[in-house]
Amino acid sequence: MSGVRVLVGTRKGAFILTSDGKREKWEVNGPHFAGWEMYHLKGSPADPNRLYASQCSGWFGQLIQRSNDGGKTWEPVGNKFVYDGVPGTHQWYDGTAHPWEFKRVWHLEPSLNDPDTVYAGVEDAAMFRSTDGGQNWEELSGLRGHGSGPRWQPGAGGMCLHSIILDPKNPERIFIAISAAGAFRSDDAGKTWQPINRGLHSQYIPDPNAEVGHCVHHIAMHGARPNVLFMQKHWDVMRTDDAGESWKEISGNLPTDFGFVIDVHAHDPETIYVVPIKSDSEHFPLDGKLRVYRSKSGGNEWEELSKGLPERDCYVNVLRDAMSIDTLDSCGVYFGTTGGQVYVSPNGGDSWKPIVRDLPAVLSVEVQTLP
Amino acid sequence: MIRVVLPAHLRTLARVGGEVQVNVEGPATLLSVLNALEAQYPMLRGTIRDQMTLERRPFLRFFACQEDLSHESHQMELPAEVAKGSEPLLIVGAIAGG
Repeated sequence: MSGVRVLVGTRKGAFILTSDGKREKWEVNGPHFAGWEMYHLKGSPADPNRLYASQCSGWFGQLIQRSNDGGKTWEPVGNKFVYDGVPGTHQWYDGTAHPWEFKRVWHLEPSLNDPDTVYAGVEDAAMFRSTDGGQNWEELSGLRGHGSGPRWQPGAGGMCLHSIILDPKNPERIFIAISAAGAFRSDDAGKTWQPINRGLHSQYIPDPNAEVGHCVHHIAMHGARPNVLFMQKHWDVMRTDDAGESWKEISGNLPTDFGFVIDVHAHDPETIYVVPIKSDSEHFPLDGKLRVYRSKSGGNEWEELSKGLPERDCYVNVLRDAMSIDTLDSCGVYFGTTGGQVYVSPNGGDSWKPIVRDLPAVLSVEVQTLP
Repeated sequence: MIRVVLPAHLRTLARVGGEVQVNVEGPATLLSVLNALEAQYPMLRGTIRDQMTLERRPFLRFFACQEDLSHESHQMELPAEVAKGSEPLLIVGAIAGG
C-alpha cells in the first residue's frame, strides 16, 4: 500500500512523519539536527530516498544535509555559497544601498529528473545550483544581474528567495519569487531572467505598479498546467494564465487576503488553498479561528474549511513554505503552524486533524507520496 | 598534539564525543589549528569561521589558559600550554537564547 512521508522543518530541528495511505496513524521521527533551524527539507522527485535539508544557526552558519535513505541517515555536504563576481548592493529597509551578504538557504528544490541536481534559494536573494548532490554550489547570477537587483529590498523576514518552481513540461523554464522583489522567470534554464510582475498592485511601495519591489509571499503551480501560477502576495491572492506575463486578483470573498501559503490540489488544477491571516502586523487568523480556504474555481469564490481546526483562541501563523499536497487518489493537504501543530486533511480539505501538536515553530512542510 | 574543545552542536556535527586532537606542523597558531581542525573534520568548514574571509563567526569566541584570544591575530602563536597539549583551545558559543 502506498504511503506518505512528511518532512517538517522547525526552529529547533527536523521531524519526519510517516503514515500509510489512510493517513490516520502516524509515526513521528525526530528531532533530527536538534537545536538547529531547519528552514526546508525536500525529496528528489527522481529518487524519493534522496533528501536535501537546509540546516542553519546564528552561531554556526549554514549547512546542507543530504540523505540517501529517506531520512534515516544524513551526511553534511557542501555549504560554500559564494556570490558570483562583485556582489553589489540592494536597497536596505530605509532605501539606502546595502551590500549583498549571504545569510541562509530558505528553499531547496531538487531537479525533477536528476537526484544530484538541486537548486537553492538563499537570503540575500540569489539562486544557486548544485549538480553533484550538493557538494558544490554555483550561483545562477543572471538573476541578480538582470538589472533590477539594486532596487530589491528585504521584507520583514529578510530578502529571501523562497519559492522555486521547475516547469515539468519545459526543462528550460524556472519560476522563482523573492520577498520583496517579486516573481521572475527564466526560459533558458536559469541563465537569464525577467521580472513577471505585471498586474501586481502593492500600495505599500512608492510605485504600486512597479516592475519590481512587490512582496510576493509564495507561488504555486499544478504540473499539468504550467502556464497557470497562483500567488499569495503580502496582500492579495493572484493568478496568471500566461506564465506570469500578466496577473489578476482572485481574492474574491476571502475574509482577508493577507497570508503566506498557497497550494494547488493534486488532481484538480482549479482547486487551490490558502490560509488567510489577519494582517501584516497581526500574523494570526481572524478572530482566533484557524481556517483554510479552498476555491474550486481557480479563485474568487472561496469556501471556509474548518472541520477539525481550532474554533477559538488560536493565534498561530502558517509560514510560506509550510503547506504541501500529496498525490494519493484522495488528495491530502498538510500545513504546519508557528505553534508547532502539523495538520492533515486526507480528503482534500473537507476535514482536518493534527498529526502532531507540540513541535517547535514549523518553518516548512513537504510531503512525499511513496509507492 | 593540540587539544580543542568544540561547542556541543559542533561535536554532534563532527561526530565526536569530547575533546578533539589535531596535529599542526610548525608554530601552533589559531590559523594553523583551525586549518588542521577543518582538514580533519571537513564538515566543520564554515561553522567556526567564514570560508572566504576566514574571519571568526560573530557568535563564537576563542579562549585558552583563561585568556580571551578572540580578537588576537590568527597568526599569533598560541600559549605554550596549548602548543604542548597540557591545556585545550576552547571554541565557545555565545550565550544567547532563542
